[in-house]
Amino acid sequence: MAKKMIDTPNLDELEKGPWPSFVTGLKRLAKDNDMMVDLMGQLETSYKTRFGYWKGGTVGVVGYGGGVIPRFTELKDENHKPIFPEAAEFHTLRIQPPAGMHYSSDLLRQMCDAWLETGGSGLIAFHGQSGDIMFQGIKTDDVQRSFDKFNEMGFDLGGAGPALRTSMSCVGAARCEMSCFDEARALRTVINNNLDDMHRPSLPYKFKFKFSGCPNDCMNAIQRSDMATIGTWRDSIRADEKLARDWMAAHSMEDLINMVVNHCPTKAIQLTKNDGKAAGEGITKVAVSDANCIEIDNHNCVRCMHCLNVMPGALLPGKDKGVTILVGGKGVLKIGASMGTVVIPFMKLESDEDFEKLNDLARNILDFFAENALEHERTGEMIERIGLVNFLEGLDIEIDPSMIIHPRTNPYVRTDGWDEEAEKWFERKQAAA
Amino acid sequence: MAERTHETIESGAPDPMPYMHPVMKKNYGKWTFHSHPKPGVLYHRAENGDQIWTVKAGTQRQMDHYTVRKLADLADQFADGFVRFTARSNIEYMVTDEKKVEPLIKALSDNGFPVGGTANSVSMIAHTQGWLHCDIPGTDASGVVKALMDELYHDFVNCEMPNRVKLSTSCCEINCGGQADIAIIVQHTKPPKINHDLVANVCERPSVVARCPVAAIRPALVNGKPSLEVDEKKCICCGACFPPCPPMQINDPEHSKIAIWVGGKNSNARSRPTFHKLVASGLPNNAPRWPEVGEVVKKILATYKADGRPWERMNDWIDRIGWPAFFEKTGLPFTKYHIDNWRGSRASLNASAHIRF
Repeated sequence: MAKKMIDTPNLDELEKGPWPSFVTGLKRLAKDNDMMVDLMGQLETSYKTRFGYWKGGTVGVVGYGGGVIPRFTELKDENHKPIFPEAAEFHTLRIQPPAGMHYSSDLLRQMCDAWLETGGSGLIAFHGQSGDIMFQGIKTDDVQRSFDKFNEMGFDLGGAGPALRTSMSCVGAARCEMSCFDEARALRTVINNNLDDMHRPSLPYKFKFKFSGCPNDCMNAIQRSDMATIGTWRDSIRADEKLARDWMAAHSMEDLINMVVNHCPTKAIQLTKNDGKAAGEGITKVAVSDANCIEIDNHNCVRCMHCLNVMPGALLPGKDKGVTILVGGKGVLKIGASMGTVVIPFMKLESDEDFEKLNDLARNILDFFAENALEHERTGEMIERIGLVNFLEGLDIEIDPSMIIHPRTNPYVRTDGWDEEAEKWFERKQAAA
Repeated sequence: MAERTHETIESGAPDPMPYMHPVMKKNYGKWTFHSHPKPGVLYHRAENGDQIWTVKAGTQRQMDHYTVRKLADLADQFADGFVRFTARSNIEYMVTDEKKVEPLIKALSDNGFPVGGTANSVSMIAHTQGWLHCDIPGTDASGVVKALMDELYHDFVNCEMPNRVKLSTSCCEINCGGQADIAIIVQHTKPPKINHDLVANVCERPSVVARCPVAAIRPALVNGKPSLEVDEKKCICCGACFPPCPPMQINDPEHSKIAIWVGGKNSNARSRPTFHKLVASGLPNNAPRWPEVGEVVKKILATYKADGRPWERMNDWIDRIGWPAFFEKTGLPFTKYHIDNWRGSRASLNASAHIRF
């Protein structure tokens, strides 16, 4: 029979109000689950004292060095006995979800069953900040059989510690007209070919890949991942005149000016007369009414997505799609938050060979990071320390002016190789022509 | 450790196709149009004319299995048996028959799942683990989010903001919740309190010394025991030493405060992506409902709602009106702590005569 519920006056306050309450869920579990009774006791204590009471440790499964987040209570009585013994061990299994976080109802139920059958608390978070399904609350003795059960179902542990981490990709091609590549395939190609670095942590620090199908970057890849793969295109924005006219009919000239033209960051959009003439080279021209067209100078468009977002379907990404790769995004520790910066302005990502190239690039960057970063240093910090050019040369990636906002503003550089470097630029240009 | 019952297959990230709605699978990479019929509902059309309606609902993220089963049952009853989750823990149901949209909305609402979070609404708050499961939390995560979403409920189920608003909370300065239009993050204000009896046994001292961003930690002998000491004049109270050295307790019920940051934007739309900026701090860690935090967040949102133009994200709005007007309009105090002195800070100073009067 279940343990008696502990009074939780603080947590009870979080059952009030219209938003779904996790506390109500904890109580439902605690009715017949002693671990959850004690978990609520510890959480209520934190609410009273405003301290956390978990410490880490070493808990894992055979053959893996990560993927389980061990939690042991630090709330002990004078005899060093846990005050809430049933929740004294309350570990999390990080399980990688299907790319794009798609689930069938059957899968959700099977996951609940597997979790309960193997000693899990019944508490699940969809999802953690790196994209794992977090099965929270299991004792050390049950961890292996619980993992075994999920693994039999086709699921695997995610990353933790100084390792390759679980990845995320947007809904993308599954339901979004902005998608510029097969996000799920890219994620699975890169992650599943590098699982050794996920399951046996031995990198200098964490490494995250994220995949967003377009520059709206719904996965926060530039801000939050060491290597961001962002969909883009290099030809002209496609236009659908019917949808453009529909949009205009539902809006106004003021809306077109204020919401579309004025927000273009590079002033690449102009309002023109509907003169029936063909569009010039590199220009997307679409009639929005009998009187007016909008014309987009695609050579000056930076693929920011704003006009496509405002006029969905009327404006669409071009057909020559691919990806931009940025490297070095990370959170606060230790130099302050930093964003990824461009290392590959454009690469195709359609054929098997293209995906192989992405996979090689990812592996090379991981290897360079493993060999050159200091302990507890993220890729962005390493690049800040050694300079972008050293990083690029180490990876045999050619420099490109799209990698910078502007050239250097100080003379503190030795330039005695100038002529040689200038020659390389012309050679590269000639080779590309 | 228990016996292994199964030979592990290092299968990695699973293929989503077996779990994807069949119409999404059929039209993978072939969508051409979307619209936003009403708050919480998206409409997508594929090049062959196939249509799908998505109904988005908020969840508590930390879910008991009964809640997960309820969500699965709703998928079977109303939505062909498929769902997906967003990065902000909203659940999405897809239907191919427009007539199923309203019954689904009703069923979700009747079961306590608010339908909304699309387009120019305030979406669910990306958040962390907090007291429930983190080993270094300054506050709770799910609790702060629950209390705030109760306050912001109207703006989740309606679309009345100039553009989408994404929020995050983080229970320490490491900011696992991530960048957001409005981010709520613990800000410690006092140096760590060191238990010198434990440091030698628990902490790898050189790596703790290396972890400090301002080199304020040095090895020391305290009461005859090897320990660490902190130069409190240099210490910026970031808490980076606490994870590798738990005896350096950074959390303090009174002095660990809550700060509010605004203007983070992940999208490349209009401007390049931006990081959020500190606008308010010193708010008390007032569990269980953090009313002071809610007041400041609501004040900022109300000002943005009234003053922002269509499609301006929080950062676009502030870029247009300028920071002096932001502080004026929100009534938040501007202090010396807003002026950055960390590396690269000169880039945030106004090197011009551009002043708004």
